[in-house]
Amino acid sequence: MQHERLLLGEAKTPERLARPAFTLATPLRELVQAWWIARKDLAIELRTKESVNAAGAFAITILLMFSFAFDPTEAENRAYFGGLLWLVFAFAGALIFNRGFARELPNECLDALLASPLSPSSLLLGKAISIFAMLVLVEFASLLVFGVFYDVRWWRHAGPLAGVFLLATWGIAVIGAVFGALTVNLRLRELMLPILVYPVLIPLLIAATELSGTLFQNQPFSSDQLLWVRLLIVFDVVFTALAAALAETILLN
Amino acid sequence: MRDRIAIALAGAAAGLLAWNLYKMFLVLPDEAMQGPIFRILFFHAPAAMVGMTGYFVALVLSILYLSSNQLRFDALAASIIEVSLVFSLINIVTGSIWARIIWGVWWTWDYRLTSQLVCILIFAAYLMLRRGIDEPTQRARLSSALCIFGCIDVVIVWKSIEWFRNLHPGPVLSIRTGGGHMDPAYERVFYWNLLALLLVGISLVLIRTRQEATAREIDSLRRLAHAQ
Repeated sequence: MQHERLLLGEAKTPERLARPAFTLATPLRELVQAWWIARKDLAIELRTKESVNAAGAFAITILLMFSFAFDPTEAENRAYFGGLLWLVFAFAGALIFNRGFARELPNECLDALLASPLSPSSLLLGKAISIFAMLVLVEFASLLVFGVFYDVRWWRHAGPLAGVFLLATWGIAVIGAVFGALTVNLRLRELMLPILVYPVLIPLLIAATELSGTLFQNQPFSSDQLLWVRLLIVFDVVFTALAAALAETILLN
Repeated sequence: MRDRIAIALAGAAAGLLAWNLYKMFLVLPDEAMQGPIFRILFFHAPAAMVGMTGYFVALVLSILYLSSNQLRFDALAASIIEVSLVFSLINIVTGSIWARIIWGVWWTWDYRLTSQLVCILIFAAYLMLRRGIDEPTQRARLSSALCIFGCIDVVIVWKSIEWFRNLHPGPVLSIRTGGGHMDPAYERVFYWNLLALLLVGISLVLIRTRQEATAREIDSLRRLAHAQ
């Protein structure tokens, strides 16, 4: 069976270049590295505007199309606005995180990044930060259009709404970065990404929908709904920690 | 040897299932509130338990693969997830039949039901991901990572009846409630059927693992032939 072990990569391979030992400064160094990656991606996006423009236009188109499905001016339909908005962000987000790692494929940029002294977790975190920034931008633009089209005065609850949006968007960004990295070298990348991402996102989308829907109906959070806030926080913390822990597994070939 | 164990386990499972069916349909009376449909619980909940146990075992095997790089752990995890997915589907279908009789609808968007459906979608995606990757180590690495992420939803399925207000009934087994929710005679049959389904699951995993090992051997020989 030795030939099988050798061909399937189980046999011993040369050790990779040793990374610096973990010290108290490591998390800070990783954050700085992540910021470099995010800054690079945001600078590219600022010049090309390929992801934000596409996602923004797509989000507004879906908002327009939903208005054919039901009458947005009827008061009882306000209960669905939270869900509607998060579906829009989830679909538009796919356009952003699909580009996250795919952007690095031409000219073997991903291999160059992986060969650099950057740690895989800071690379993944940096991608999550840039996806987060782009998503927030698209969400803000969509929210402005949503307020006008659907006659929702969301700014009355701008504080809690911002909290919900930031928590949920970070979750989407982390999951988007993880699965963008996981599928980047696959033949069926565009096909596999939504199949993998959306089921994992569903608990987060339910929580965000419940909380946003309540705010759009001008109601305060009940004690039951604080459970959704906790779920958002736990989701963000657990997935960020898992993403950092599994970054090397996901990224390195 | 493995074949003999699989056959022995399958035989034991068949015998136990036959005995359980006899007890369910010919010995136990109908449940006072729900009538004869209550018997579906003997398959519905044990199927969910076997499925969830399978996902957690697959989680451990995925972590073992990532720490050791031994493909047999990955092959075992994939086999277990395939079998667990079948049990999760049995759980959803039997639950749907029960819901049609008791609630009057096939499906309701209850958190327990939704999270179980999400769980099925995640692990179906796991199997699709495996089919989409030809290179065995890359397939093992990425699917192990996905299994770890997917198991977070398994925790949500498990705890959803405690965390959220649900239409789905809460815990009824005496090990979780301290007793008083289910007749001891019913509970005994429930545990025997859980054991029977567990034996069915283990024998299916043994058969599937053997197929997976054969597929790996063929794959490695094919690669060797191409390399020469």
